[in-house]
Amino acid sequence: MVEINKINDNIYEVPIGYRPGMRVPGRIFVSAALREMVEPGTVDQVANVAGLPGIVKYSMAMPDAHLGYGFPIGGVAAFREDDGIISPGGVGFDINCGVRLLRTDLLAEAVQPRINTLIDALFEAIPSGLGATGRLHASDQQLTEAFINGSAWAVEEGYGVEADLSHCEESGHMPGAQPAQVGVKARKRGRPQLGTLGSGNHFLEIQRVEEIFDEAKAKQFGLFKGQITVMIHCGSRGAGHQICTDHLEVLSKAVKKYNIDISDKQLACAPLGSPEADNYFGAMVCAANYAWANRHIIAHWTREVFERYFPGSKLDLVYDVAHNVAKIEEHQVDGKRERLYVHRKGATRAFGPSRNEVPQAYANVGQPVLIPGSMGTSSYVLCGNDRALDLTFGSACHGAGRVMSRSQALKLFTGQNVKAALNRDGIVVKATSPGMLAEEAPQVYKPSGDVVDVVHNLSIATKVARLVPLGVSKG
Amino acid sequence: MIPFEYLEHTADIKFRAYGKTPEEMFCNAAAALFKSMVQPETIAVKETWKVELQADDLEDLAYQWLSEIVFLFETESAVFAAYSVKLERDVAESWKLQAEIGGERIDLKRHAFGNEVKAITRHKFGIKKNEVWCIQVILDV
Repeated sequence: MVEINKINDNIYEVPIGYRPGMRVPGRIFVSAALREMVEPGTVDQVANVAGLPGIVKYSMAMPDAHLGYGFPIGGVAAFREDDGIISPGGVGFDINCGVRLLRTDLLAEAVQPRINTLIDALFEAIPSGLGATGRLHASDQQLTEAFINGSAWAVEEGYGVEADLSHCEESGHMPGAQPAQVGVKARKRGRPQLGTLGSGNHFLEIQRVEEIFDEAKAKQFGLFKGQITVMIHCGSRGAGHQICTDHLEVLSKAVKKYNIDISDKQLACAPLGSPEADNYFGAMVCAANYAWANRHIIAHWTREVFERYFPGSKLDLVYDVAHNVAKIEEHQVDGKRERLYVHRKGATRAFGPSRNEVPQAYANVGQPVLIPGSMGTSSYVLCGNDRALDLTFGSACHGAGRVMSRSQALKLFTGQNVKAALNRDGIVVKATSPGMLAEEAPQVYKPSGDVVDVVHNLSIATKVARLVPLGVSKG
Repeated sequence: MIPFEYLEHTADIKFRAYGKTPEEMFCNAAAALFKSMVQPETIAVKETWKVELQADDLEDLAYQWLSEIVFLFETESAVFAAYSVKLERDVAESWKLQAEIGGERIDLKRHAFGNEVKAITRHKFGIKKNEVWCIQVILDV
């Protein structure tokens, strides 16, 4: 039996041979305490990814790693353009699920007394919950434009402002969209849902900046202690889910056609350059752009609500990150610059100052890395470091990571007592279903601070600020 | 034989559904999927939806079947509580499904919602026949 090796306090290696067919070792970035919480199934998933063709360096898992399907959640892997693959198992169904942070010019003292009213108004303004449809009523033509131009389309339609675009990863619209590769079903699911938050772990949160770790960098990001911020977590809704479902069927056949050995059906994939891979990538980009448009629209409605209660207030976009996506990036591999398909499944890009992709406004400090906590725990803002390029292809964790199953949570908590406990801590929560509150209770997640500390201690990204929730609107 | 059971999973929903025939297993899998989204007791059967699908093998057909139910839920704004399934293997060895799904349109006042199922995963998805038919499914929620 091949054992997992401890490389240092925050890095564990899954050696080749841990599971059959591994081409590279696995690397799990966790502290000793978090290592205890990594299920054996998660390690198996890291090892399964290590067996995919053209994988470079390592199959990686970020500190919030937990059991997923295909890749583990928190999984990162990069594949060579020449002999690699692309797999929806490394992106997930919720393509470009991501996080957006808005900073306000309001102080917590001004907002806190009106937090109930504000959360109620946001809950009303932004459709959420199971089966919710939007206020938008997008036409088929508009949907196509959202697929191609993402946030840029949203700005043209009057949602958000031009200045927001440079503060989104990929400027809110990734090149390479192929709307022809989006099926009728995905369009039908996606059209009415544009401008909806969704359900599950998706949320809109009003926060207070509680702690600043690095004054200079915080200033660069426009953050200061006592400030009100708004965090939005959602993705590509039914459009993305159906695009993944449809292409998974095609890629399941491609695996047989190209004779690729996979140890998990969710890792269905196709060789880069094949029509199946090109078509999936083109459709995935459509979903990614849809998600950026979606967060842009939701941010716009958030601004409208703030304007109603705090006239003249300013909500500027700090940044918007994708944490479920595959992207073409250049990285240094064995002293050579190579074009790679980097898959991040429940992982955030964390590029440092040396990368051109970092927005001009943050060019000297690195991109903001946004790590949401759970309903009751802190969220963090970090800045990407160049060290991350060597260690993780410029990637960090994406959240706290679940430790408890939904069924276990429902046995232990009720929506009512979760809500009451949060209220005692001064946090207002509004949700469509009480069961959802129980399933998303703060206790079902790992402590977000522990997860972030690993990233910080490894110099993947540096802690800039800690944000605490004041009010949460859940789907 | 129990119709279906839920198993422990950290982040998502895992279930096994059973049947004396593949048809019964398909119906029970649909019921397990839908129960994770809406409490079935709150759903009345007032309308019927027809589904026809085709696949190379039974497993692909089951994947399409469950995905179709998620699709219908979202696009028809309907909730389901009754399933009847006919399976047929044609000369080309491909599988065909004809089904009727009974349910009603969503009524937020009456229907108690649970999880939003984003999609059916293929992770550890599989069908086995021992004494009875069994399908294992993990849902992305």
